[in-house]
Amino acid sequence: MANVAVHKREPLVRIAKRDSMPLWQSILIRVLSIVLALVVCGVIIYMLIKVNPLEVYKSMVEGAFGAFKEDYKFFNRRTWITIRDTMMLLCIAVGLAPAFKMRFWNIGAEGQILVGGIATAACMIYLKNLPPVLLFICMIGASLLAGALWSLLPAIFKAKWNTNETLFTLMMNYVAIQLTSFFVALWENPFGSNTVGIINPTGKEGWFPPVFGLDYLMNVIVVMTITVGMFIYLKYSKQGYEISVVGDSENTARYAGINVKKVIIRTMLISGAICGLSGFVAVSGASHTISVNTAGGKGFTAIIVAWLAKFNTFTMILISLLLVFLDKGAIEIASKYDLNDYVASMITGIILFFILGSEFFVNYRMIFRSKEKEVQ
Amino acid sequence: MQNNIAVKLQDITKTFGKQVVANKDVTLDIRKGEILSLLGENGSGKTTLMNMLAGIYFPDSGHIFMDTDGEGLKEVSICSPKDAYALGIGMIHQHFKLVDVFTATENVALGLDKSIAFNKKQIAQDIKAICDKYGFKVEADKKVYNMSVSEKQTLEIVKALYRGANILILDEPTAVLTPQETDMLFDVMRNMKADGKSIIIITHKLNEVLEISDRVSILRKGEYVGTVDTADATVSSLTEMMVGQKVTLEIDRKEPKDIKERLVVKNLTCVNKYGVKALDNVSFTAYGGEILGIAGISGSGQKELLEAIAGLQDTVENSSIEYIAPEANTPSQLIGKTALQIKNMGVALSFVPEDRLGMGLVGTMGMSDNMMLRSYRKGFIFTERKGPKSLAQKVKDDLEVVTPSITTPVRKLSGGNVQKVLVGREIAAEPTVLMTAYAVRGLDVNTSYTIYGLLNEQKEKGVAVIYVGEDLDVLLALSDRIMVLCDGKLNGIVDARTTTKEEIGLLMTHLREEENDNG
Repeated sequence: MANVAVHKREPLVRIAKRDSMPLWQSILIRVLSIVLALVVCGVIIYMLIKVNPLEVYKSMVEGAFGAFKEDYKFFNRRTWITIRDTMMLLCIAVGLAPAFKMRFWNIGAEGQILVGGIATAACMIYLKNLPPVLLFICMIGASLLAGALWSLLPAIFKAKWNTNETLFTLMMNYVAIQLTSFFVALWENPFGSNTVGIINPTGKEGWFPPVFGLDYLMNVIVVMTITVGMFIYLKYSKQGYEISVVGDSENTARYAGINVKKVIIRTMLISGAICGLSGFVAVSGASHTISVNTAGGKGFTAIIVAWLAKFNTFTMILISLLLVFLDKGAIEIASKYDLNDYVASMITGIILFFILGSEFFVNYRMIFRSKEKEVQ
Repeated sequence: MQNNIAVKLQDITKTFGKQVVANKDVTLDIRKGEILSLLGENGSGKTTLMNMLAGIYFPDSGHIFMDTDGEGLKEVSICSPKDAYALGIGMIHQHFKLVDVFTATENVALGLDKSIAFNKKQIAQDIKAICDKYGFKVEADKKVYNMSVSEKQTLEIVKALYRGANILILDEPTAVLTPQETDMLFDVMRNMKADGKSIIIITHKLNEVLEISDRVSILRKGEYVGTVDTADATVSSLTEMMVGQKVTLEIDRKEPKDIKERLVVKNLTCVNKYGVKALDNVSFTAYGGEILGIAGISGSGQKELLEAIAGLQDTVENSSIEYIAPEANTPSQLIGKTALQIKNMGVALSFVPEDRLGMGLVGTMGMSDNMMLRSYRKGFIFTERKGPKSLAQKVKDDLEVVTPSITTPVRKLSGGNVQKVLVGREIAAEPTVLMTAYAVRGLDVNTSYTIYGLLNEQKEKGVAVIYVGEDLDVLLALSDRIMVLCDGKLNGIVDARTTTKEEIGLLMTHLREEENDNG
């Protein structure tokens, strides 16, 4: 043992798991991470365009909540757009929650949104003469059903043959995109435009009605109802309990007498149905049209929301708002300072990186080599 | 005296988080050419302490001194398993660190420095030399997935020796071995000791401690209690040091009275996913009011047997499991029913499976939510939570479960406490049949005897207790009858009061001739 590697010192930094941390401390760490992210972004922005970062951040806020003029009102059009998009993202994330809690990685929200949107648009086009209440029941029912059906296939395959749901749901997205192209061609209006155009622009049949004169309050009501409902379902219902057990260990579930296949299929149907319903919210409550961009990557962004919120539907509200705010703000600075979209993505990326990184410091602590010991 | 010491641990402290102090100011000497037993209850910090020697953890404070060149002790710092190997320390963990699809030789070669060209032949020769020297048996070209537990363990030891280990740490090596295999291991250990190697063995089994070791060091709740020469120690003196007070190590086995047929199993056959018969034509009867022990090398069909009774295992045609309720005379067939159907038939079956967190409990949930696992169907749409909550509190108090709260996820609890939660829940269900698989695996003496007591209590209540165990001493002391499984076949049912360890060991390893079957 001549060539023994004898280390004289302990390592400089060691990493140890924390057992728990007071709530305020973990919130503080997360807030600090955002502040730090903003500082880093600020430095980069200054290096690129030599603009005061504070100005840039101000325009980000303005991008999301409207320009700060003298007669500034918080609930202006921009704020409402931000709220509308937040609700959309939240709705999808809430839809993903039950599947993810069961460790069923539903990557197919995009597709489920699209088919839900197609179903809604179809109702708006073909059933516009129905009384409004009936029309809405049809639209809701059709979008729920469409989303559920779209998730049924991967769910059955998973339950029966244990296929990989990630690939399966992902590929269903591409089928849904093609299907949407087909319907866009079918419903093309005006002819040759290759878009569906605004559906029912005059009578506004099947549009979300304004509540108290506010265009998007209906979106808030619908999505918040689902959010609260899902929270209660997951936390207090027997089916929610089954989902948690199956997600932790299928063997334990079998041991407890839970029909695992049934739970997988049922939960996935619920997940798909709510994602389908977000298609309804997107078409009937926001764009009033359908295109292959109706989902627009929100089905994937919602995965980040669901994970960051650790599947807690109430936390999802905050995370959705943050992501939409970043998105709006980034677009605003990109246009205001004549930068391209990549800068926007870059800023969003940096901030997300810091938020995800903060989880490390919440769960682990670093131990530095202490000085006193070396003196010994 | 000083140059007699191979490793010296001084004032070693290691904490996990703020609350858990795994080791506190532990000072320990390991001499050259000795077998040192490290003894302690669950969670007393034995494995943590050894992991610091093996480079898996780094101590929060304290010093490690080693005599690396025969010129006295020098302070060393072990930052990684690689450092540990360089210092000649090899640890054989409870869960083997082998690559299943590799052969013995390939596993030994794994992780060697790149500068050494990969010369299979040379390595195989070296392995053979080590085997011959100490009396191991290793087939160099056998794939790990074809190996028995004992073979894998042997390979781990050879791997450590090949890398030049002079100090070997064995973490509960006998937990998974049959008595015969244990004897073989002990022979090898004595050979290594004779060659001047230091061996540290972590174990719960006091009789083994007395048999194999030269000295015994005892830890209690992370603190060093003392070291005694094995020659001066007895089972009760060691237990007292471990627990900190006198404990009675007696299993109070009453004669079974008015036993009644409860489960009649006939021709039970199960086929595993590879088409191999995991259980082959097993027939027996379990009686209410007695403890039926089941012995066998692990993987002899114990798991399939219990799961078949619980309705979790598909069976082959002609299999029959009949349940006779205490008040009824008509048997009801359990084969072909799911776990839920069996429950709905009114069969009060409790089952403590081998895989506690993978099957019996939900690791991410607290005690309270775990109590609901078998009863959550009560109530309409929403789960009823008050009952489980008070049950959790009761189990916590009655069985002295150590947990910060009944909502702390159970996977954060130590093995013994997890087991208490599981056993507590299953007994609280007031079963008529109670099946336990390795109920005390990894538990310390104190907890184990608590659990034996609970099982005996159930037996006296008229419950049919089926106890799958691995410690033959316990099986002999606890059971009324012992059924021995060998390779999926029933190899005999013996009276626990008259049989011997040797007889059972033989039944576990050697299949009797067909004509003598159904004993």
